[in-house]
Amino acid sequence: MRVPLEWLSEYADAGLPARELGERLTMTGTKLEAVHGPTISDEHFVVGKVLDAQRHPDADKLSVCQVDLGGRGTTEIVCGAPNVAAGQLVAVVEPGGVMPDGTKIKRAKLRGVVSNGMILSERELGLGDDHGGILVLDGDFAPGAALGDVLPLATEVLELEITPNRPDCLGVYGVAREVHATTGAELKPPPWADDPGSTGAVEGVEVRVEVPDLCPRFTARVFEEVRIGPSPPWLKARLTAAGMRPISNVVDITNYVMLLTGQPLHAFDLDRVAGQRLVVRGAREGETIDTLDGQTRTLEAGEIVIDDADGPTSLAGVMGGARSEVSDDTTRVLLEVASWHAPAIHRTSTRLGLRSEASGRFEKGLSTEQTMEAQAVATRLMVEVCGARLVPGTIDVDVGGAARAGGDDHKRLRPARVDRLLGMAVPRERERAILESLGFGVEDAGDDLAVRVPHFRRADVTREADLVEEVARIEGLDRLPATLPSRNGVAGRLTFEQRARRRAEDVLVGRGLHEVVGWSFTEPGVADRLRLPDDDPRRLFVPVENPMSEDHRVLRTTLLGSLLEIARHNLARGRSDLALFESGAIYLDAPPSADLATGATAVALRGRHDGLPTEVHALGGLLTGRVAPESWRGAGDARWDFFAAKSALGAVLDALRVEWDVRPPGHPFLHPGRAARVFSGDTELGWLGEVHPLVARAWELDGTVAAFELDLGLVIANAPQEIPFTAFATFPPVLRDLAVVRPADVAAAQIVAVAAERADAVEVFDVYGDSLAMHLAFRAPDRTLTDEEVDERMAAIVATLRERLEVEQRA
Amino acid sequence: MNDPTQRISELRSEAEAAIAEAPDTAALEELRVRYLGRKAELPNLLRGVAELPPEQRGIVGRTANEARKGLEALVGDRVAALEAAELDARLAADRVDVTLPGAPPQPVGRHHLLSSTRREIEDVFLGLGFSVMEGPEVDLVHYNFDALNHAETHPARNRSDTFYVADEAVLRTHTSPMQVRAMELYPPPLYIIVPGRVYRRDSDATHTPQFHQVEGLAVDEDVTLADLKGTLLAFARAVFGDERDVRLRPHFFPFTEPSVEVDVSCFNCTGGFMRDGSRCPLCKGEGWIEILGAGEVDPNVFEYVREHGYDPDRIQGFAFGMGIERIAFLKHGVPDLRMFFENDLRFLEQFG
Ligand SMILES: [Zn+2]
Repeated sequence: MRVPLEWLSEYADAGLPARELGERLTMTGTKLEAVHGPTISDEHFVVGKVLDAQRHPDADKLSVCQVDLGGRGTTEIVCGAPNVAAGQLVAVVEPGGVMPDGTKIKRAKLRGVVSNGMILSERELGLGDDHGGILVLDGDFAPGAALGDVLPLATEVLELEITPNRPDCLGVYGVAREVHATTGAELKPPPWADDPGSTGAVEGVEVRVEVPDLCPRFTARVFEEVRIGPSPPWLKARLTAAGMRPISNVVDITNYVMLLTGQPLHAFDLDRVAGQRLVVRGAREGETIDTLDGQTRTLEAGEIVIDDADGPTSLAGVMGGARSEVSDDTTRVLLEVASWHAPAIHRTSTRLGLRSEASGRFEKGLSTEQTMEAQAVATRLMVEVCGARLVPGTIDVDVGGAARAGGDDHKRLRPARVDRLLGMAVPRERERAILESLGFGVEDAGDDLAVRVPHFRRADVTREADLVEEVARIEGLDRLPATLPSRNGVAGRLTFEQRARRRAEDVLVGRGLHEVVGWSFTEPGVADRLRLPDDDPRRLFVPVENPMSEDHRVLRTTLLGSLLEIARHNLARGRSDLALFESGAIYLDAPPSADLATGATAVALRGRHDGLPTEVHALGGLLTGRVAPESWRGAGDARWDFFAAKSALGAVLDALRVEWDVRPPGHPFLHPGRAARVFSGDTELGWLGEVHPLVARAWELDGTVAAFELDLGLVIANAPQEIPFTAFATFPPVLRDLAVVRPADVAAAQIVAVAAERADAVEVFDVYGDSLAMHLAFRAPDRTLTDEEVDERMAAIVATLRERLEVEQRA
Repeated sequence: MNDPTQRISELRSEAEAAIAEAPDTAALEELRVRYLGRKAELPNLLRGVAELPPEQRGIVGRTANEARKGLEALVGDRVAALEAAELDARLAADRVDVTLPGAPPQPVGRHHLLSSTRREIEDVFLGLGFSVMEGPEVDLVHYNFDALNHAETHPARNRSDTFYVADEAVLRTHTSPMQVRAMELYPPPLYIIVPGRVYRRDSDATHTPQFHQVEGLAVDEDVTLADLKGTLLAFARAVFGDERDVRLRPHFFPFTEPSVEVDVSCFNCTGGFMRDGSRCPLCKGEGWIEILGAGEVDPNVFEYVREHGYDPDRIQGFAFGMGIERIAFLKHGVPDLRMFFENDLRFLEQFG
């Protein structure tokens, strides 16, 4: 809301510089966004009287004018406007003045004649588009007077953020009330205090409201002998400063009154209202109306239209119709000031993308009393500015009046409640003074205050808490002490899952991985690029109905897509060694119990809330290139592959003490020979493997790319929370090595499992061709084992390996 | 034969001189054999004490014994000294170029700036007695808007502002839906923060369609607006420095009453101006930076959980919501919020 300081000061003059006033208002809830400088800022702009205007000796279109500047003497100015004439009062800028567009005026020679400044047009003063001639001032002004004293052009403009609960502050007078409450500046009577109009029926015009729920009040007045024309400069200046473009006097008056009172108005050309009759009704599905922006709009049932005898002529509260628009030859005006059901206006303006100053006010909910306030102000201006004659009477279809009479605007405020909610004491008399300054009526009611809410705050202030806020914001929140809650013994802590999640992330960071944060959004084609079969649960995308772009139209079902995307970004920037992980959500459009044809996946469908998608906190990694920079010691150039990735994954699972193993096969997006699923017992936790070369290629990645993804919630559910102490063995182990030769289909894990049946620790230390070598450790809790005992166990292991797996001890 | 004690002291002096001059441990061993070995003179003298006249036995035996022990100790000391010197010499020769890199090389990983900032915020509030809760990112309109007292016409409900996945389900636009969810789950007193990802249809240098917030909720019988101020002052000082101050400005949010916006005093300038007198670019010369929205929980919100122990006549408390990106941006001056989700290593390597 742009509020010209000059206009505001007419109703409450705090005598403060614009910025200081804005800062005071900021601290009571009306935030200053900016102060806009005045259009004209200095003493070079003055009123001049044209004494004489002669044609330029060498130019047909120029006049040489003698201009009286009062105490500043008489000066000669060359003027190009056709309408300049002796006797006019005009706006003059002398050399040294700075124009609104920043141009500095200098003394200039025009075809040999020196011009000491300029006579200004409306456009040059930012008051309109009329460049046809100079602005002729209408009034009894003294030559030499500062132009800023004659036209409201020298004012600074406060740009204020008005919160949506305060439509009353979308009018200058409402802001003046805030100035009054905040600074104590005197509040002048409202501009509607004297209504030049009268009540009673208006002859020859009929209004019917068929939808009282949607139109609680409809008022109209009729004006005759209206002379349409440009508005006077002062009106144009105020509209312009407030950010609206002057159009013609009647339209300007509706805008001006809206800016002053907060209540939108609409002017009909009564001669173009067929049948002199308006009917407010609900729209029929699919009917159309031509709005005054030249468009044909299709309506939906439940929206509000105003008909005349020929059908729709206005889209209520949103935009007038083209048919009844005020034009240059209008002489009779019907001025509509109505209250509309806020949600209905909101719905229509949103649906049609027609957000106007009017609809923006209506959709916040205005009181029905504001209608007559606006009528009173507009009536005076129609008469004064347009020379109109008011037809006696006021059409007032006031359904809301009954509701108002039935409603209770009285609220109780308990001073003790104020203290209890704020944590600071405010004296009762201070509370009363604050509320009264804001327009509330206050009476004693025992220990409490009985407060009457003024109509313009009726929608906002409905509970005691709302009154507390009024007291608090005007009293000043800077007075609040800074205290801490007593907490009543509540302790703050992370849950086991939160701590475990941090640990999992820390383990990967400790191993040199960089954490990334990918987009939740993706596009469904990622499923094809991941070669997912049709029945894969990762195709159960949650669709976004109104995405911002095509490649963000679903939510991701795996972290792998995000990681591949990020890998591509960095590889394209020359980073070929990548070790990345993400700890974040994936989303499946499925209930947790869905029977998934592809069998259990890591992203088992859990945690669905109230029919919402399933969200899983996943931990995914992508690893490619060198594990570490090459060492000067030579120890080889380790690169990320299946086993390096398994090592990183194992670091996480082992840190959390999860029992785990891996089992082929992997997934279609993985190398068929270098991939597996990760299990804890029968629970599938996720997957691990080298990314299929075709998948890698789809993201423009070459070489080996290893990856993994775990359902981190499931991992942590399989981690022990309580760790009891276990007595450790005090006797040293006996160490033996065992080398075996295995058939091709026997997995290392099977051999290790057999050995572990009798050995207390098994460590694979060499794999070569079909042979595999292990360190075995044997121990007893109460003694050191004898060689004979260990020999016996070794023999048993060898025998079992042979019987069960056809694995032979190497000679 | 002369006086044996005379001979003993001669031998002792001679041996002491030789030991002192022995250049290395090998020479010392040779001297030990020569003076103290089986066939050496001193031990022989000692063994021959029994053959001496009785009046000499005592003195000769004592003298010889003292000489032997003295020499043994001397050899021992000298051996230790020589061995230490030899070790020093060996170690001095065993020199590496300490400026070479450590091996094997250990790559350094980093937490994402959003994660490290989130943890920092979590840790501050854990210390203030808050627990951490999380909630669904796709949530019902009921929790995201209705139960948070958003009017039917509230612009945030528009499809131009909010992502919908169904008529009644949205990508949450704030972490606030967890206020009501948490109160449904736990009776008061309740002190929680809720970090998490949120979504709005907005995209430019200062807005990304996904971002992160931390919600705060403290509800009890006596939690005041002054408590909110104290809590956020503690937070601001922990995160932005001990010199910070906070101010509360009245504002409007549908789900708090009174509502405030909270500013922290600018840590980049003094009162809005830099040392050279120019206007501070961070706070735009205001001296204050907006960090979050907050207020006392609106009674209408409590009405949704009244039967869970939240009678609005008895229970009150505060709520706040802050943007993690904004805190990170303020602390580190990240110029474009889109960088958070681009995940360029040159960005990732700078933080965490
Ligand atoms: Zn600053």
